[in-house]
Amino acid sequence: MNGIDLTIIWAGIIAFSIIIYVIMDGFDLGIGILFPAFKVGDDRDAAMNSIAPVWDGNETWLVLGGGGLLAAFPLAYAIILPALYAPIIAMLLGLVLRGVAFEFRWRDPAHRARWDFAFTAGSVIATFAQGIALGALLQGITVQGRAYAGGWWEWLSPFSILTGFALIAGYALLGCCWLIWKTEGGLQRQCYSYAGRLGILLLFAIMMVSIATPFLEAKYYERWLSYPGIIATAQVPLATFIISFLYFRSLSKKQEAAPFFYALGLFGLSLVGLGISMWPDVIPGRVTIWQAAAPYDSQLFMLIGAGIMVPIILGYTGWAYWVFRGKVGTEGYH
Amino acid sequence: MVDNEIAILLARIQFAFTVSFHFLFPAFSIGLASYLAVLEGLWLKTGNGVYANLYRYWLKIFAIVFAMGVVSGIVMSYQFGTNWSVFSDKAGPVIGPLMAYEVLTAFFLEAGFLGVMLFGINKVGRKLHFVATLAVAIGTFISAFWILSVNSWMQTPVGYAINDVGQYVPAAGWWDIVWNPSFPYRLVHTVLAAYLTTAFAVGAVGAWHLLKDKKNVGARKMFSMAMWMAALVAPTQIFMGDLHGLNTLEHQPVKVMAMEGHYESHPNGAPLILFGIPNSKEKRVDYAIQIPGASSLILKHDMDAPLNGLDVVPDENEPPIGIVFWSFRIMVGLGFAMLAIGMWSLLARARKKLYEWTWLHRGALFMGPSGFIAVLAGWVTTEVGRQPFTIYGLLRTSDSAAPLDAPAVAISLIAFVIVYFVIFGAGIWYIFRLAAKPPEAHESVMDDKPIRTAGITSAPAISNNDLAKGEQG
Ligand code: HDD
Ligand code: HEM
Ligand code: HEM
Repeated sequence: MNGIDLTIIWAGIIAFSIIIYVIMDGFDLGIGILFPAFKVGDDRDAAMNSIAPVWDGNETWLVLGGGGLLAAFPLAYAIILPALYAPIIAMLLGLVLRGVAFEFRWRDPAHRARWDFAFTAGSVIATFAQGIALGALLQGITVQGRAYAGGWWEWLSPFSILTGFALIAGYALLGCCWLIWKTEGGLQRQCYSYAGRLGILLLFAIMMVSIATPFLEAKYYERWLSYPGIIATAQVPLATFIISFLYFRSLSKKQEAAPFFYALGLFGLSLVGLGISMWPDVIPGRVTIWQAAAPYDSQLFMLIGAGIMVPIILGYTGWAYWVFRGKVGTEGYH
Repeated sequence: MVDNEIAILLARIQFAFTVSFHFLFPAFSIGLASYLAVLEGLWLKTGNGVYANLYRYWLKIFAIVFAMGVVSGIVMSYQFGTNWSVFSDKAGPVIGPLMAYEVLTAFFLEAGFLGVMLFGINKVGRKLHFVATLAVAIGTFISAFWILSVNSWMQTPVGYAINDVGQYVPAAGWWDIVWNPSFPYRLVHTVLAAYLTTAFAVGAVGAWHLLKDKKNVGARKMFSMAMWMAALVAPTQIFMGDLHGLNTLEHQPVKVMAMEGHYESHPNGAPLILFGIPNSKEKRVDYAIQIPGASSLILKHDMDAPLNGLDVVPDENEPPIGIVFWSFRIMVGLGFAMLAIGMWSLLARARKKLYEWTWLHRGALFMGPSGFIAVLAGWVTTEVGRQPFTIYGLLRTSDSAAPLDAPAVAISLIAFVIVYFVIFGAGIWYIFRLAAKPPEAHESVMDDKPIRTAGITSAPAISNNDLAKGEQG
């Protein structure tokens, strides 16, 4: 294998795009979830404007996650997608709804209420479906040979519903903190008041998922709760605890940017927890990253592209955020 | 039919439906992005306000087209896995990296600069805004490059080996895979098709406003620019299409037999069937109107050259003849109709009547949708013509599908049909509404509200004052 194991590098890159996706599109979708709570008119316009220039770029990380999976782990892509058929189709349709709503609500003031509803419905559906997909993957997929062998309802379980709701709470929190940072006045005050409650809700959800996970598979149980591994894994809840504390403190001090970054921290930790549970499988308990890996040639060719392009992408994405920095107005740049 | 066959049929319908919808938007946005770059470039160069106005006018339409292209495209990238998982497993090592390159080099570029292009007019300087427009235009082209390379590899696969689990893996270097034999032709033909589609759409909008007001400066300019494109690109496209067909004859002769309706071999020169009704049961074309020897002349450059027909192909390897035969004729027919409009406009121009000849304007208006119909017809020819294979000659469509239950696919198909018709129907309606307004001397930016000038950065890229300069003043 020429010394370096590209498969591990690719697992890292895909994990990286999923994390970036969850963080970036997370706050977009979160704003969609909270949208009905905002006052019609200036508040809604400002919330929408704060993400209009960047949502497309944020969503592209999802395409990279999917495309990267197909390219680096074709077998995993070929098993996971049919297994999660219904939630994935629902997610795609949800993303269609919310994606067009950005444009259409400006084009059609007479039916703005309808497109606002589509924006929220699309965001909620997409989020819920992503959460379900995650839960369904964690709880295990029936595989036979090189294909999915379960039925078309296998994804549905109390656990996957739980992860669905957990993600809704999480994205709403991210969206809320983003608006605290990007807006001012009444909308900002409103978001401060939601941020505390959403924080508690998310922590509760994280706790529920953490309690349920070790009982899904013997492997998870061992990894999280047996000695001496528990010394390492216990750091995750500990860090979660510390960051939650910092999060609530920043809220009570009415800091503007900090809550968003602490919220990201909470998300990051949940994803680290997910990684601990799954590693080194792509399909927990069934297929490891090495079994699913594409040949060395394919991985190397892409790695060259990713190595050159990802820094450039991060560069101009950062620039685009910079152009739209500062507080948004209601009519500013839309 | 067994459950499995129904599921595959539904998956095919779903793929065809979603990709056809998807392609309508890129076909327009590839061309429109370049058109916007040209408009902004001309404006920077000449300072003539008419270009700035047209830029703002088409930018609003572009935003809608682009959003619909993006969301329908994301659906496509996941459909390979949800509905064609066996294909994904087997072809992933070859096509996956190409699609990953598309994301890395094109989608991020488009998305990253789109925000600045649409909403940054008052936030960044002129040069930088032009850079953003150029980046989006180049991004659309790069996107076409990679996805067409993927599609062409599926049509004319080369440079692969088969590993012990049955996957197609790269074996002869990536250069050969990317530049597979049909790719250069398909790339040129499809990008030209996008330009023609845009030219005829823009031309129709210009013509519509000229019919109402021959003095509208913006309408005159867009009509004139569109007609130049029609006059120059339509003949090029016909020439390229012919080369593309010769390439197809070399690599996918069965597809050409279907396009031509040649059920039987012609040892001494094959006729060109202009029209007729393919009858696959009797294996002949009914009511054929044909020119003897012309098909051999086009394809072999010799009237008497022998040409094989479908009689040499086992039935189970034949594509559905009727669809391919008709879609090909629709595309070619429209190509010549476009050429006619282009030539007519040259004549009008030579007589200095480009803005006066109302019949030309009516003709251009009528041809507005022609590009969209032609690109869909072209893709149907290409895709249906390669059946029954997904990877030509190697992997059958019936062996490519995901192990899905028919009801799951049926429900998703219904959901796609409903959502797409409602959502994209609304989007297309908004485009019509925007295009129905004549270009004004003071086009607004993205929203129709006053612009907040308290931007953080330098002077606006295209300020309201700029719009008044030059012809529009
Ligand atoms: C990257 C590859 C790719 C690209 C760029 C396209 N297609 Fe395709 N197409 C496929 C890959 C594919 C496929 C996955 O290979 C399918 C699915 C089933 C099949 O036989 O081929 C297919 C099937 C398929 C069918 C069904 C044919 C049949 O089952 O008889 C139609 C009508 C189209 N496509 C139409 C299009 C259109 C209008 C496209 C323009 C954008 C297009 N395809 C681009
Ligand atoms: C089945 C094949 C295809 C797939 C899987 C696919 C996938 C996608 C995806 C995921 C996007 C959204 C990118 C984003 O997030 O910004 C997209 C947009 C786009 N696609 Fe496709 N695509 C396909 C066919 C094509 C073809 C054949 C072309 C052109 C020849 C094309 C050209 C574009 C362009 C230019 C965009 C940018 C958005 C737009 O212009 O509307 N695509 N596609
Ligand atoms: C009138 C002359 C034309 C000829 C002879 C011609 C020829 C062809 C041929 C032979 C193919 C199929 C190639 C294959 O599958 O291997 C094709 C495909 C296609 N055509 Fe045309 N064409 C013409 C005009 C047009 C026009 C006017 C448009 C659109 C504005 C167009 C758009 C397309 C597209 C999008 C495809 C599918 C992609 C591809 O395979 O390149 N064509 N054309």
